[in-house]
Amino acid sequence: MKNRAVIRALVRRALNEIIRVPGAAVPGVLAPTVFMLGLTAVFGQVTSLPGFSGIDQYIAFVLPVGLLQGAGFTGAATGVNLARDIEQGWFDRMLLAPVSRPILLVGIVASASLRALIPTTVLVLVGLLFGVKFPGVLALVIAASLIMVVAACTACWGTIVALKFRSQQSAPLMQIGSFVAVLFTAAYAPIGMLQPWLKTVATLNPVNYVLTGVRQGFIGSVTWADTWPAYLAGFGLLLVLGFFAVRGMRRTGQ
Amino acid sequence: MIHASLALARRALRVTARRPQFIAPLLVFPSLLLAVNSGGLSQARNLPGFPPVQSFFDFQLAAAMSQSLLLGGVATGIAVALEIELGFFDRLVTAPIPRLSIVMGRLLAAAAIALFQLSWFVLLGLIFGNGISDGIPGLLIVYGIGSIAGIGFAGIGLTLALRAGNASSVQAIFPLVFVVLFLSSAFFPENLLSWPANIIAQYNPLSYIANGMRAPIIGYGGAEAVLEGFGAALGMAVLFAGLATHALHRRLRAG
Repeated sequence: MKNRAVIRALVRRALNEIIRVPGAAVPGVLAPTVFMLGLTAVFGQVTSLPGFSGIDQYIAFVLPVGLLQGAGFTGAATGVNLARDIEQGWFDRMLLAPVSRPILLVGIVASASLRALIPTTVLVLVGLLFGVKFPGVLALVIAASLIMVVAACTACWGTIVALKFRSQQSAPLMQIGSFVAVLFTAAYAPIGMLQPWLKTVATLNPVNYVLTGVRQGFIGSVTWADTWPAYLAGFGLLLVLGFFAVRGMRRTGQ
Repeated sequence: MIHASLALARRALRVTARRPQFIAPLLVFPSLLLAVNSGGLSQARNLPGFPPVQSFFDFQLAAAMSQSLLLGGVATGIAVALEIELGFFDRLVTAPIPRLSIVMGRLLAAAAIALFQLSWFVLLGLIFGNGISDGIPGLLIVYGIGSIAGIGFAGIGLTLALRAGNASSVQAIFPLVFVVLFLSSAFFPENLLSWPANIIAQYNPLSYIANGMRAPIIGYGGAEAVLEGFGAALGMAVLFAGLATHALHRRLRAG
């Protein structure tokens, strides 16, 4: 009961920031939106290439990339906020609370998962406005839940970096992690069209499976074959990053 | 004036060298995007209307250079804004040096950093691409257009920093870098861009700068693209150096 109250308080604190400083959420929404619309404007004609058979809208193809980027920005912002709390001494006070370290992490990560729904909502609305067909409720639920998992992963990564460097100057390192993870996938073209080296990287990159799971409803129909690997990859990644984040939390102050 | 400008340029370069966290993103992000773009969309050169290139990587090289130079402009702005926030700028204006050298020093440093950035991408081109198709004269053209454009982009950052006076305001233009890039022919040929990007790209100076640097790399586009590239870069440099100087005078009058 006490643990749940702590998690709720931490989530509420993070969400309060959005209400009190709405501008703080703007970059996380603006950047992926610019990226999605920009990629569509620039590379929109590539859908006429043979490898894109069945995909007539490039914006529908890159919208899920924008969703993952939005989750990445949100997770990185959580890491930056933690670094700020460390710099200002608030985190040290939090560590004195009679709460286990993993619970503190759950609070931080849960707030990132919830905040990730803001860019997700905006991007989907912008996509629909620019002609993306409505993917269906099931596809949206799958996409939103996977985005929350990715945001939790990037928040764990941000936490690991923040605890290691204890400075907001490490922000680029937090951002570049999700940037690389999201873009070194079949982000721009179907996997069969990628150059061999990128195809290998994408096949090994768990985020590629998450991207496939998020994308499925936007470019076709939802299938079990695309869904279960996405959840497996997403939760697997969360398990690994969560382990290192918890370890970082436990070692802090020792 | 020249002596003071050179001294300030040297100082700016030393500070940049001591803070690799400022210079690294200028190279890392465009390099990553270059890898992803060229690895993901290499077959785009099979589209009808795409200029003849040996590889999509060669085509994307000028885009990466343009992106890096634009980010360099933002970095210059942030560096100056931090100097204003930390009080160094106030000490600088009380020094017995021509005020114009404050702007000129920064722009000279930006040109030197631009040459470093361009060299990085030329090196990547030699390793992963087909190098510079037009050889040494082509390399000089790339350096010429790129360094002048670097001055222009630094002028934008400088103007914003001198007007806003804080780093967070300058940093806020980061997404705009991508807007400017996407609305140009830096990443893709103008005739293959979707509407309205294809129309806006015709009026975006970055299109001409990117095409000017690209022409000698891929050996396609000719003297016209190069001249337009030099023209656009020079226009940007003169315009924004002037605006930065104006912003400096305004700040001095106000403060």
